[in-house]
Amino acid sequence: MNIALTGGFADPARDAAHAFRAVTEAMARPGMILTVTGANPPRISAAAGITLLTLCDTTTPLHLAGATDTAELRDWIAFHIGAPLVTAEKAAFALGDWRSLQPIDRFPQGLPDYPDRSATLIVEMESLSNQGPRLTGPGIQHHAHLSLPETAAFRANAALFPLGLDFILTSGDQLAALPRTSRVEDN
Amino acid sequence: MTDQAYNFAYLDEQTKRMIRRAILKALAIPGYQVPFASREMPMPYGWGTGGVQVTAACLTPEDRLKVIDQGSDDTTNAVSIRKFFQRTAGVAITEKTAEATLIQTRHRIPETALTQGQILVYQVPIPEPLRFIEPRETETRKMHELEEYGLMHVKLYEDIARHGQIATSYAYPVRVEGRYVMDPSPIPKFDNPKLGGNAAIQLFGAGREQRIYALPPYTDVVSLDFDDHPFTATKADHGCNICGSIHSYLDEVITDDQGGRIFVCSDTDFCAERQQGTAA
Ligand SMILES: [Zn+2]
Repeated sequence: MNIALTGGFADPARDAAHAFRAVTEAMARPGMILTVTGANPPRISAAAGITLLTLCDTTTPLHLAGATDTAELRDWIAFHIGAPLVTAEKAAFALGDWRSLQPIDRFPQGLPDYPDRSATLIVEMESLSNQGPRLTGPGIQHHAHLSLPETAAFRANAALFPLGLDFILTSGDQLAALPRTSRVEDN
Repeated sequence: MTDQAYNFAYLDEQTKRMIRRAILKALAIPGYQVPFASREMPMPYGWGTGGVQVTAACLTPEDRLKVIDQGSDDTTNAVSIRKFFQRTAGVAITEKTAEATLIQTRHRIPETALTQGQILVYQVPIPEPLRFIEPRETETRKMHELEEYGLMHVKLYEDIARHGQIATSYAYPVRVEGRYVMDPSPIPKFDNPKLGGNAAIQLFGAGREQRIYALPPYTDVVSLDFDDHPFTATKADHGCNICGSIHSYLDEVITDDQGGRIFVCSDTDFCAERQQGTAA
């Protein structure tokens, strides 16, 4: 069977509901690591594929960065999601590892009167853990730690507030998020 | 039992994705009103269609839903919204704040402290706190962009000049994380202190005005005030005539046609829990 036709949600409404709730908790509580299930995309993490299935469709321009831009994934996205694939400058969502997403200031950062019109980057990670840079800000009672790939780029992004990018970090079946509001400091 | 004539939680998946994207951006920019394309719902606008759409986008089959209207689970509005989601999403329902995973509310924040894992969804009639001083959307959007909130303070100060205090007692405006001024929906200002530092996720949906905004947990929320007239979370100076609470927000209830009146908790679940606690 063509790999593009498999690996989507078996029960789209309920699978997406569960996945969205996890992404919501993650975005609302920066640093919290959650597990998601329900899809099996080709050559990217399950968590990244589930995030795409839950949030993207024909109305959301998507950028595939670096090694994530494969024929298999393009076919899978075309069949299950239908998101138009675009350059970084036009993306509402982007997927890639941290290195291939650079430089991140080429992605839409929102407009002064519509700061919501900014890209969300889905960052594929080797692993996720609660060790690493220190996070404070909305959603965090005292402080949190998350294994971010660096701090400087996230600090520069946070300084743009209320503009800025928002990040969903994925690894295997786990995800965490970092909204533009999080203050990031070296541990 | 889910009615199979509908998609889970009524809305189609593309609509839910659009609302879900708006909710995530709202969480990333606390207090900022994210536009969304509100859908026709099988109930009139005054019945909280914005809150209903946000709830529909957030619900999972395992949720326990509580719906309150002015603190009560038993009004027509609350009952019909609860039945709508029982029918279309098959979710369990509860009247107990502590047992609910998602609470949709009109005009109150529950007295019982919310916890991590809970979502509070507000029905919002007018999301724009600057609307009464500036009717044009293009202008209010510009005012938010430039943080031009001086007129808002002037309006509140006019209250003080006229009444000796800030007369605004519902939908009392707040500043979120020192940036956006936000309308907390027509909750009594007694509830304002619960907006900030709350362990739950708070989402606000305005259907007719097509806006979604949010407060992540533990967000800094300050009610607008002045050094010489600090904000105070006032309520009727009584205890509840039923449970005796002196800390809860009270409704004045006329008891007979001779003008007899009592004060009772507006939060019916809180009052009932206290009565059971007293009886035990
Ligand atoms: Zn009472």
